[in-house]
Amino acid sequence: MEHVYKKFHKGEVFNSLRDLIPALTGRMFRQEDLSESDRREFWALRDISFEVAEGEAFGIIGHNGAGKSTMLKLLSRVMKPSRGTFQVKGRVSALIELAAGFHQDLTGRENIYLYGAILGMTRAEITAKFDDIVGFSGLEEFIDTPVKRYSSGMYARLGFSVACHVNPDVLLVDEVLSVGDWAFQRRCVERMKEVIRGGATVLFVSHNMKTVSEFCQRCLFLDRGRVLKIGPVEEVISTYLNRAQLSTLQDVSEKQALITSVRIRDEHGEGTRFQSGDKVWIDIEVTGRSLCKKLAVQFYIKDEEHQVVFNTSTERLGHGNFNLEAGEVFTCTFELSLNMTAGMFHPCVGVFRYDTQTSYDRWEPAVTIYVSHDEDVRGGVNCFPKVTRQEVHPAWEKSLTGLVSEGSGSGKLEVK
Amino acid sequence: MRENLRELIKYRELLYMLAYRDIKVRYKQSVMGFLWAILMPVLIVMAGVLVRYGYVLIAGKHLEPSDIASVAVKSLPWAFLVSSIRFGCNSLVLNPNLVTKVYFPKEIFPMAAVLASLFDFLVASVALIALLLAFRIGWSVYLLWTPVLIAMMVILAAGVGMIVSAASLFFRDVKYIVEILLTFGIFFTPVFYDTSMLGAKGKWLLLNPIAPILDGLSACVALHEPPDLRWLGYSLGFGLVAILGGYVFFKHLEPAFAESI
Repeated sequence: MEHVYKKFHKGEVFNSLRDLIPALTGRMFRQEDLSESDRREFWALRDISFEVAEGEAFGIIGHNGAGKSTMLKLLSRVMKPSRGTFQVKGRVSALIELAAGFHQDLTGRENIYLYGAILGMTRAEITAKFDDIVGFSGLEEFIDTPVKRYSSGMYARLGFSVACHVNPDVLLVDEVLSVGDWAFQRRCVERMKEVIRGGATVLFVSHNMKTVSEFCQRCLFLDRGRVLKIGPVEEVISTYLNRAQLSTLQDVSEKQALITSVRIRDEHGEGTRFQSGDKVWIDIEVTGRSLCKKLAVQFYIKDEEHQVVFNTSTERLGHGNFNLEAGEVFTCTFELSLNMTAGMFHPCVGVFRYDTQTSYDRWEPAVTIYVSHDEDVRGGVNCFPKVTRQEVHPAWEKSLTGLVSEGSGSGKLEVK
Repeated sequence: MRENLRELIKYRELLYMLAYRDIKVRYKQSVMGFLWAILMPVLIVMAGVLVRYGYVLIAGKHLEPSDIASVAVKSLPWAFLVSSIRFGCNSLVLNPNLVTKVYFPKEIFPMAAVLASLFDFLVASVALIALLLAFRIGWSVYLLWTPVLIAMMVILAAGVGMIVSAASLFFRDVKYIVEILLTFGIFFTPVFYDTSMLGAKGKWLLLNPIAPILDGLSACVALHEPPDLRWLGYSLGFGLVAILGGYVFFKHLEPAFAESI
């Protein structure tokens, strides 16, 4: 993609002849006010240039309205750039909005054929993959039911199942992995990885930093239509998160007490990558700007879905509260064990007064850390498991024959 | 252009699927089922027969079976044309999701509308054939012209369909204009009457490109005469201009669809 621009018009354009004709005749008699039409323009994308190698998984992140979806629409050729050119090699398929092509009155089966055709598959291709698609969606029972009777989750599952069986050379994914229940989401993620392993180039748009960091090697941070940063995924994500935090800290002048520094370190020094179970220290510095009483420093950790998974404070740990006068600096250090499973976490810091429930300052997140673990353990908490014993017992040893004999149809367990 | 056509051929399955969807949805959950396809032509034929009856009464003649056959033969293609243009006109506007979110050649929408209407037309034709047999209209070698004439109708419908669908995406009141033209078009088209009834001045009506096709159908099927080839050539030329011009017009506007709908 080279120097691509996209311009939209803000406000209402004429969308009926009834409005257009008077406007045109009016325009003939007076000079068109050019500056006015300039003001109505809005550049959704400005000077975007990047290159994605074949077989690469590339992430695009940014805040709402940054132009991410516009970019995918350009790449999928639904829209044309106002300026600039781009090239895409091979068959492009977009997972832009699942089930956009479904028709309410048709059955699941018919919709698979319809949506498959919309995504550019031939009938023979769909027939060949039909069982896989249905199997993946887990909707075998309902496949001949009109989709209007489906729940929204079933709807989305069917949509994703069709879309992910297209086998394109280039796949554009726009925030669609958050459909269905947890089990289905895992299956989607697995399927996406399969597609990537199969050699497809994937462009991935998401707000979910975890999925982006899971899939992509490189990433692009888009901010109000401009490229702010392109590079390795972790670097770009931390830029993104820092900026997110900066934008919430605009009214510094109003604050009576400020968090001025948060550092996280382990025994080797400051860092963002740790092993599960590591001991780490968080050094926090708070500066007073006017007299504040009964303050405490809160420390909590959010996971990649921004759920608080851990929460404490200096006061709750029995260290009492403190007062700060203008210019005074308070420092403290928390020591913790990272007893969580592998993943991305956001340690957050706040300055809080408990009796009046006043929040003075808050860094959310203060830093972003990546915890890794060599063992395959899942879930939120790491209990550091070990298998201490494992064996297979011969059938006679415990006389549980009632379990395996055919006579146990009654459901009772007979131990002889 | 060649690139575009290749792409259209690549997506032909989608054309069938969309037409199938339109047909299926129209017949699903409706009391009348396939009678739907016949209702509109039956009403037009009845209206036409009534008008014809008025003519022969004034002229002091009798209503011949061939008169009824002629009206019926012309009404069905007219109903087909009206329905393909009407559905085609709304085909883009009613599918905003597909227009803005997925890439494929969008001319498939008006074309699918034509295809779905053609299906209705074929269903109704079965009833028409039964009617023609009942009236013992008979047959002649000129019947071989009918597929050609129907193909000309399809070309014309597809061309007009592409133009009005794209135009109504940008200007929503195009729909109402098209609706009015379709409603009153029947008076300016020799469906209920023959151009010959208006004498020499009737020739002017043949400038309406649909008129020579309908007259030709009536001649081949009901009157066992050859169609007027000179006027048919004019209609064919008009149809080709419509479909080529419509295609170019549509393709020219297509990149702006997603942001203007």
